[in-house]
Amino acid sequence: MAAFTVARSSSRLISGFRTSFGGLARVKHGVVAATASQVSLQQQCRRYAVGQLSVKERIDKKRQEALLGGGQPRIDAQHKKGKLTARERIELLLDPESFVEYDMFVEHRCSDFGMEQDRNKFPGDSVVTGQGRINGRLVYVFSQDFTVFGGSLSGAHAQKICKVMDQAMMVGAPVIGLNDSGGARIQEGVESLAGYADIFLRNVLASGVVPQISLIMGPCAGGAVYSPALTDFTFMVKDTSYLFITGPDVVKSVTNEDVTQEELGGAKTHTAVSGVAHYAFENDVDALLNLRDFFNFLPLSNQDAAPVMESHDPSDRLVPAMDTIVPSETTKAYDMLDIIHAIVDEKNFFEIMPSYAKNIVVGFARMDGRTVGIVGNQPKVASGCLDINSSVKGARFVRFCDAFNIPIITFVDVPGFLPGTAQEYGGIIRHGAKLLYAFAEATVPKITIITRKAYGGAYDVMSSKHLRGDVNYAWPSAEVAVMGAKGAVQIIFRGKDSQAEAEAEYVEKFANPFPAAVRGFVDDIIEPSTTRKRICRDLEVLASKKQVNPWKKHANMPL
Amino acid sequence: MAAHISTLSLPRLLVAAKNASLHARWQAVAHSAVRYSTVPVPQEKHVWVDVGKSEGADSSNLSFPQTFDKILIANRGEIACRVMKTCRMMGIQTVAVHSDVDASAVHVKMADQAVCVGPAPTNQSYLNMDAIMEAVRSTGAQAVHPGYGFLSENKEFARRLAAEGVAFIGPDTHAIQAMGDKIESKLIAKAAQVNTIPGFDGVVETVEDAVRIALDIGYPVMIKASAGGGGKGMRIAWNEEETRDGFRFSTQEAASSFGDSRLLIEKFIDNPRHIEIQVLADKHGNALWLNERECSIQRRNQKVVEEAPSTFLDADTRRAMGEQAVLLAQAVQYSSAGTVEFLVDSHKNFYFLEMNTRLQVEHPITELITGLDLVQQMIRVAKGYPLLHKQEDIPINGWAIESRVYAEDPYKSFGLPSIGRLSQYQEPLNLSNVRVDSGISEGSDISIYYDPMISKLVTYGATRAEALSKMEDALDNYVIRGVTHNIPLLREIITHPRFISGDISTNFLPEVYPDGFKGHQLTAGGQRELLASAAALHVSAQLRAQTFLGTLRVSASSQERRRWDLCVELGGERHPVVVSRTGQTYTVEVGGESLVVSGEWDLASPLLPLKINNTPRMLQCLSRTASGDICLQYLGTSFKVRVLSPLAAELSSFMPEKVPEDTSSILRSPMPGSVVAVSVKPGDTVAEGQEICVIEAMKMQNSMTAAKTGKVKSVHCKAGETVGEGDLLVELE
Repeated sequence: MAAFTVARSSSRLISGFRTSFGGLARVKHGVVAATASQVSLQQQCRRYAVGQLSVKERIDKKRQEALLGGGQPRIDAQHKKGKLTARERIELLLDPESFVEYDMFVEHRCSDFGMEQDRNKFPGDSVVTGQGRINGRLVYVFSQDFTVFGGSLSGAHAQKICKVMDQAMMVGAPVIGLNDSGGARIQEGVESLAGYADIFLRNVLASGVVPQISLIMGPCAGGAVYSPALTDFTFMVKDTSYLFITGPDVVKSVTNEDVTQEELGGAKTHTAVSGVAHYAFENDVDALLNLRDFFNFLPLSNQDAAPVMESHDPSDRLVPAMDTIVPSETTKAYDMLDIIHAIVDEKNFFEIMPSYAKNIVVGFARMDGRTVGIVGNQPKVASGCLDINSSVKGARFVRFCDAFNIPIITFVDVPGFLPGTAQEYGGIIRHGAKLLYAFAEATVPKITIITRKAYGGAYDVMSSKHLRGDVNYAWPSAEVAVMGAKGAVQIIFRGKDSQAEAEAEYVEKFANPFPAAVRGFVDDIIEPSTTRKRICRDLEVLASKKQVNPWKKHANMPL
Repeated sequence: MAAHISTLSLPRLLVAAKNASLHARWQAVAHSAVRYSTVPVPQEKHVWVDVGKSEGADSSNLSFPQTFDKILIANRGEIACRVMKTCRMMGIQTVAVHSDVDASAVHVKMADQAVCVGPAPTNQSYLNMDAIMEAVRSTGAQAVHPGYGFLSENKEFARRLAAEGVAFIGPDTHAIQAMGDKIESKLIAKAAQVNTIPGFDGVVETVEDAVRIALDIGYPVMIKASAGGGGKGMRIAWNEEETRDGFRFSTQEAASSFGDSRLLIEKFIDNPRHIEIQVLADKHGNALWLNERECSIQRRNQKVVEEAPSTFLDADTRRAMGEQAVLLAQAVQYSSAGTVEFLVDSHKNFYFLEMNTRLQVEHPITELITGLDLVQQMIRVAKGYPLLHKQEDIPINGWAIESRVYAEDPYKSFGLPSIGRLSQYQEPLNLSNVRVDSGISEGSDISIYYDPMISKLVTYGATRAEALSKMEDALDNYVIRGVTHNIPLLREIITHPRFISGDISTNFLPEVYPDGFKGHQLTAGGQRELLASAAALHVSAQLRAQTFLGTLRVSASSQERRRWDLCVELGGERHPVVVSRTGQTYTVEVGGESLVVSGEWDLASPLLPLKINNTPRMLQCLSRTASGDICLQYLGTSFKVRVLSPLAAELSSFMPEKVPEDTSSILRSPMPGSVVAVSVKPGDTVAEGQEICVIEAMKMQNSMTAAKTGKVKSVHCKAGETVGEGDLLVELE
């Protein structure tokens, strides 16, 4: 009996030798006979007698195995799908030789369904975790390994992720997750579900403390989708990544809809239709290189100021083209992106959600080297009105900026909220309130430029003076009013004849920046060509801004 | 005029000057609603080349006699600004007219007064005589300068102005009329002893007739079908035997192709050049010729590069041409500035084409070599002053070259219009001896309504070589972003050995680029320079991306590196590159050679001035992405390269090729424009090559045809709609 116990307890150690012992190592633990155990025990003792070499060898072996993930055939299969392996991704994402790996020797602990068998154990399990540097700055990463059990999430897998997240929180550095996972490790049952919940909890606790970025590089289905959904940014890779609660088969059986994976949860769907993802990249290499670039916009944590980089673009550069960009007819559209590109450093604007709710433009740029968040109404799309989707898109972005000390610059050309039953039934009141809430709550430097229309409630919402805008400017083309002249006159002079005259009077009175300027609701009326210069100067002053909201457990944002 | 010589639609040997028929043939493909020179053009900062020597030639520059108090310029863009520039210098108030889309155009801002004359389409604004006459009345302008194009050669407009006692700055109505009619102008020219293209206007009946007529005209001759088109039934004959053969073949071909065997014979102009003489005449019978302009480099009958003087003319030919031009001007009592266009053959025989009774687009090159301000002279003449100069006062000082910078894609039949907003625009005004006539500025829109010319880039030098080398610099320093432009083509032309040696003709472009323009072809050395520049730029951008200012809570790990192994992709090929750096200087090993690349590495500037192995090179960085894609303009042409680490390059090979959409079943607009007509509707069956719709852009109508036979699935455009480049027009099943 005792011998048997010894044999059992040593079986783990033996497994480490499986390659060096050749045929013997292939003996499955579960069927090891007592005699066989004793033989191997003797051999094992002999090995120990040789010295520590064997441990070192085992370490090397394990490391070698870990580097290969699920093995060469699966790596080849991954490549064939146009995807990189978990390690290749990390290598591309991080600075050369900066990756420090954790938990390379962790294995899953499942003993059901034959999972305990040796061939089902992979050092490191189905995720690679650790920390490294992007352009010299610290970042924590995890990269799910599809070649090991399809990247499925085991208890060990979740534990590895939680470990880096905990440390990232402690140190104050962002977490980047590279998702490529078939879902829960079904063999582990509730253990896997618990793992997900552990991650979700950490996602929530880290929210607003360190930036969290998810890059979906393969499937991400079922409960797993909620981790990316909780992070600050969800990026996807075109054609090779999917996000959905249930796959096409289940959809078919439940709702009888025929839908492909791509249509249901591909990058196009989520960046243009659902608004779940913030950007789609062409392929793995493109995504990872761009993510490096994106990372440079972000502070490491909520304790850090927005990063300032060396800039070659003069902060006092005049932009003469701005003087003519707003068309003289108020109904004519122009592209807000033209203004943004012309004003920010080196025309470098990283737009977030460029294909979703295009009537609002949000994204990161730099002014005199300092990261800023840009929010702008887009007159080119739906006249730049606010609707449900654009309000939610804008609100989430503003809150990110506020959480991470990134000043917000708002370009306003908004005719109001979009009317109609679709909007009202959809809850535009509730959703529009989110954007209002976000701007009002934000305590980072807020600079607002009214380029043209600022009508009605939407004027209030768009980072107005009344919501603690620090510096609010109007261009000479600005019109701050309750509504356009025509509508206003129809109400004021209902049923009267001299409407055209009244309209002209209204235009004269309100279709200009003066009503707002005389009340101090805008701080100055500026030449559009000087906008960049003014913003850069203001940001310098506002860098030391301190504003604190009343203490609360947390606010109750209208969700 | 150039518009009559088709340089594209015909085999080069067959080009001749029987204008009308060839012109008609071209129009079948894409017709110009307005002739090239009616092109309104841009200009803003009007920079005169500092031509020191010629200052004395025009002493009147210093003191201006009383002419007019206020002039209205009935034009837009470059030429409106050009005219205003001189008006301002002469102390004359200016009035601009503009369409509503031009409300904030440069010419409007430049003028003392501006009047809106209608909506964007030219026939409702710049051609709207009623509105312009009203503008003249309301502003009290005493004279009108029509520029070129629009109403500049409209006798009705001149007459209406005269009726109201407003001076038309141009020739009198009768001269406009006489020269405006092609047949009449030829007859007048013939009568004034001006060389015209010899030919037999009647129908040639027999072989013997043909031989006799050919002998009369002088070889070589062209025999062509009276009903001809597309080069069918055309023969060139250099002697009697060829005439006989040619007559026989052409008769057969004409009969079979057109069912009409009648033939014409006329002089064949081999390697024709387009050379024109600038004339200037007053109302007192005095007339001068201001030397020639060589305008042979053309595409689709539009001039692209012009120079003055011509490399081809000797003093005798020049004088003969000049004197004939003056004779013609005097024959129609011409006053003001005008241009007499000639075709010149390889033996320096020249033949009158037509006379343009207005200021010509390419007038700046004449101004630079003669020192005269033609607009100022026109204004003086319009006021009735006699000419200040005598023929012997007219010098040729140095050499001037003009490149017409267009918003168009030179890779599509030497230039299809493109539109857009000039997101960045910087003229090479930092260089000496460069004049840029433009009417746009950064932020301006190049719209579908008007000519796509961005500017006229003019350089000057004591010698042609100097002017050419200045042109190279100027093109390299010219920053245009937001619209596709033809600088790649311009730079290739002016550096082509044939152009440099002066061996040009109106067939230059189709002869030099028989398969279409493909951009600059890199030499091995050029490729190394390009790769090295891209690699060095990449490294300097990478280094900056690691430079965070201020104190960091979590210290950044320093990345001391002196050597970078990179992989640069160009045109599908990968080139290993090793970069090492000391300060701002990079040593790049590429293709077995070592190049030293140094520069300021200002990553915000569109210009990238480098020194490569101590040779100064002006590159432009058109775009640079985080994923290593760099688009560089090198020697005029933009090249896409991708700089990656060896690891990223290796891993890139696993990335799937994105399958481009099947374009045979969809029709997209190749350019921005408006839909003139849609010939199909959903459910129709179309044959391959069948017209689906017609897109008009600027002055051209383009027929869009089906790429394959099929059934129309859906139509996404309708007549009158405006479409952008790449917009889906029609889908086939």
